[in-house]
Amino acid sequence: MNNRVVITGLGICAPNGTTIDEFSVAIKKGLSGIRHQPDLEALNFSCQIAGKPVLSEERISQYFTPLELRNLNSTGIIYGVIAGLDAWKDAGLTIEDNEDPDWDSGTIFGAGTSGIDKFRWAINKIDALEIKKLGSSVVIQTMASGISAFISGKLGLGNQVSTNSSACATGAESLLLAYERIKTGQAIRMLAGSTSDSGPYIWGGFDAMKVCTFKHNHEPEKGSRPMSATASGFVPGSGAGALVLESLESAMARKAKIYGEVLGGHINSGGQRGLGTMTAPNPTSVQRCIQTALKNAGIEAQEIDVINGHLTATTKDALEIENWKTAMQLPDDDFPYINSLKGMIGHCIAASGSIECVASMLELSEGFIFPNINCEDLSPEITALIDAKYIPQTLIHKPFNILAKASFGFGDINACIIFKKYTHE
Amino acid sequence: MNKEEIIEALKTIVEPYSEEVSAIANIDENTDFINDLKINSANLVDIVLDIEEKFNIEIDNDSMAKMLTVKATTEIIAQKLEANAG
Repeated sequence: MNNRVVITGLGICAPNGTTIDEFSVAIKKGLSGIRHQPDLEALNFSCQIAGKPVLSEERISQYFTPLELRNLNSTGIIYGVIAGLDAWKDAGLTIEDNEDPDWDSGTIFGAGTSGIDKFRWAINKIDALEIKKLGSSVVIQTMASGISAFISGKLGLGNQVSTNSSACATGAESLLLAYERIKTGQAIRMLAGSTSDSGPYIWGGFDAMKVCTFKHNHEPEKGSRPMSATASGFVPGSGAGALVLESLESAMARKAKIYGEVLGGHINSGGQRGLGTMTAPNPTSVQRCIQTALKNAGIEAQEIDVINGHLTATTKDALEIENWKTAMQLPDDDFPYINSLKGMIGHCIAASGSIECVASMLELSEGFIFPNINCEDLSPEITALIDAKYIPQTLIHKPFNILAKASFGFGDINACIIFKKYTHE
Repeated sequence: MNKEEIIEALKTIVEPYSEEVSAIANIDENTDFINDLKINSANLVDIVLDIEEKFNIEIDNDSMAKMLTVKATTEIIAQKLEANAG
């Protein structure tokens, strides 16, 4: 089996937009979703700004039953269910209440951790000798696979239902795992995506590691500065992105809208050898991941029109560009356009890859390249590697064919996906 | 609190856990939480928590295991209320 795999549905729950329409407008305009967070300030965080999706109670109640809402204290599950169900509907798929599940559809919906606020509440109850008060809602919200379990129950999925976890590469990995499942003929449709909780208990560890910026608490929207000379650490974010992957055959049979095709990709690790550590990437493995993804997709480096980078706004941004450059071996005056969504929404950790894949699919299907924001002062280390014209700071309207998306994560792990515009044949 | 009052209070408690509208409306002593109200068995512990809060009583593990029908539940609540009063 070697099925072609296309993307037929998108769903989003991002700090700068919680519907595809809203998000699409926001990324074209370069609108920031980073806000000052009073709870982080009250808790003496160094970084007191973050990106959080804005959702009304009314919106949330459209996706959950009153009983589910009663003890729901897991932002990641809320974001993931909203993005997941919206992607399903966007694909023109219906939610049936049949006796049998849909055996041909599954989900790989990733998460770094689940229901961290619920977990904190449960721990406090246990320590206060009130274990019985936990009730039945703790396990389903705090198990890592809580998000895929919630989604599959709502959609009635009967194929593989799983949650992957690979730090900041989680979202990109979920898409590639779903892709392989369809490509090899084991499923017809897979909902790929990932989600990440909001709040101090998920972001605290990063704050303590001093990897987040503490210089922009007074100007939140300027805080996330990928590729800038004044980049001083990432801004934490949260949310979810979801994409319906489907065999081309199935998409055509039901005359579905097609956003683009997944040509292939690669996932690997630097093994924390060479320059790689728990927190730093091994450049050899990053380059190898990109090169193997190209080979897997059957394309040459010069065919890439746009790179959606990982580019978090730490000192490693220049190293990432250098890795792309080394991996692609292009002539000195040639490089694809490169952009980072993190300037607008911060680093949404486990959700970053899938939110950025949704943005990438919008760019590819509509023919635009969203602007990089907050890098008007480009890092000289980066401009020594590539010409500034490849780092657009205003919206570009331009149809293009191939987009490469990469995500890199703690544990020295990498994922790279190659997307192609789908031209109706 | 008499039996009818307990059943009435119980009805309000179990209502959010069941989608069986007519079975809820016709709730009586013979109603079975799982067979008649189609309540997810995992939610039975939540119903017990709600009962404890509503009646201000404590329900031990042995009693909890018996609380599968309105009849058994009403009896246990009545016993606990009586013990509290005593």
